[in-house]
Amino acid sequence: MRRLMLALAEMWHGLRRNLTMTIAVILTVAISLTLFGTGLLVRAQVDAMKDYWYDRVEVSVFLCGKASDPKACPGGPVTDAQRAEIKAKIVALGPKVQDVYYESSQQAYDHFKQQFKNSPILNNVTADALPESFRVKLANPEDFAQVAAAVATSPGVEQVQDQRKLLEKFFKLLGGLQAIALGIAIAMLLVTVLLVVNTMRVAAYSRRNATGIMKLVGASNFYIRLPFVLEAVVAAGIGGLLAVGALAAEKVFLVDQILQPAFRFTAFVGWQAVVEVMIIVFLTGVILAGGAAWLTVRRYLRV
Amino acid sequence: MIRFEGVSKSYARKNAAALTDIDLSIDGGEFVFLVGASGSGKSTFLRLLLCEEKATSGKVIVNDKDVAKIRRWKVPAYRRQIGAVFQDFRLLPEKNVEQNVAFALEVIGEPRAKVKTAVADALEIVGLADLSQRRPGQLSGGEQQRVAIARAFVNKPPLIIADEPTGNLDPTTSLDIMRLLDRINRTGTTVIMATHDAAVVDQMRKRVVELDAGRMVRDQVRGVYGYAG
Ligand SMILES: Nc1ncnc2c1ncn2[C@@H]1O[C@H](COP(=O)(O)OP(=O)(O)OP(=O)(O)O)[C@@H](O)[C@H]1O
Ligand SMILES: [Mg+2]
Repeated sequence: MRRLMLALAEMWHGLRRNLTMTIAVILTVAISLTLFGTGLLVRAQVDAMKDYWYDRVEVSVFLCGKASDPKACPGGPVTDAQRAEIKAKIVALGPKVQDVYYESSQQAYDHFKQQFKNSPILNNVTADALPESFRVKLANPEDFAQVAAAVATSPGVEQVQDQRKLLEKFFKLLGGLQAIALGIAIAMLLVTVLLVVNTMRVAAYSRRNATGIMKLVGASNFYIRLPFVLEAVVAAGIGGLLAVGALAAEKVFLVDQILQPAFRFTAFVGWQAVVEVMIIVFLTGVILAGGAAWLTVRRYLRV
Repeated sequence: MIRFEGVSKSYARKNAAALTDIDLSIDGGEFVFLVGASGSGKSTFLRLLLCEEKATSGKVIVNDKDVAKIRRWKVPAYRRQIGAVFQDFRLLPEKNVEQNVAFALEVIGEPRAKVKTAVADALEIVGLADLSQRRPGQLSGGEQQRVAIARAFVNKPPLIIADEPTGNLDPTTSLDIMRLLDRINRTGTTVIMATHDAAVVDQMRKRVVELDAGRMVRDQVRGVYGYAG
């Protein structure tokens, strides 16, 4: 216990003596962990969106309307008889179809209006431009091809669209962004480790008198190394707390105050996911720095 | 207490051996001078005892234990039985005299009360009780060396190793330091001291072991520095 107190005093002394190095470690840790955490948050965000959207994906059977491409709709706008027949074909797919409902041009327009409330595109779109459709919710979204086969060639159908395909493209894009963010974060974490290694090397060198005397009088290796490792852990801990603060700020200011109000139609990461990321990030920082410090002083403070 | 059995030591980056085929035995409570020209291997001899280096061949045996076979994690415990004093004092400049001596006990986890009395005793013995609050920078070389001796001795080790402890001191101060080491030796502590200081060796008339280019060329009871006529 007494030795722990002495080791803590020694650590505090070391931190103050190498103030510039300590600050460098704190900032590097804070920046790399913030990046790392942001990468993880983007992933959590993608997961949240996937859950939200895959739950809602539908196969859209767009019907011919006034604005349709004449090549797909040689017969002009869909007739009542065609509409009924298409519906019957969908219903005939049986239990594969969980739910099917009809969306008129006007309803499509209303949805659109709600989703893009704050966006100027709204001024360029009229109800006529949006086709009416059957929205088919499949029990198993993989069954898309069977729906397409059943109705694609029916007269009055302009296009059968799988929303899943659209989403997958979108998520692929997000996945790419996330991979880049994590790549940068990993590079930064590597930089952090190298900085800690170097800082510890300098510290071990600048305190070789004290550690030499400690060895001479028979201090244990653990006791000699402990202050160095504690220094790295405390610096990384402070950096980690800064990163945790930055992540909280991202959630409060970026997600809750900017993104959430602007994009009401999708889900965003909740606090639970954010807190999980904070814990991961903090522990990663502390363990990486402590481990790097331990290995370094083990090498440089041999008996 | 200490036995060297056919000990040789060569350093990795040197061709010539620093020590060659040393056979020697030192009993508990002896006072031994280790003399010889610069580079003759005195410091190497002491480093083997401190387990800072390992013999290339032969055995260094301390208290019936082969030093080379001590596990790495047990080396600190082994070193607690040896007090070491050097030419350059090796004090911590930012600690005062009392703290420097206490440091040796604190880092091995001695309880506070014991540290306090042991440090006071040791400073009394080396005659520095009055200067206990000074820092090394505020002391003369002789006083600094006394602090170093107090630190080596505070733990009451059975063996004290001194590598040219008077190397930086004038003759009078050197003699003071020698008297101090002699007093410590009289309490039963074995003292091994490497030195160039002929006056000191001649005055003390203790056992003298002479090294020359790594070989032991003399082992003389109540010897002098050079060959006495
Ligand atoms: N760490 C080392 N690496 C390589 N060679 C060394 C090392 N330490 C000592 N030597 C060599 O070993 C030989 C003996 O050195 P040592 O320091 O034991 O001599 P010494 O008798 O203590 O000399 P001095 O009186 O100058 O202190 C010398 O030739 C020296 O150059
Ligand atoms: Mg020497």
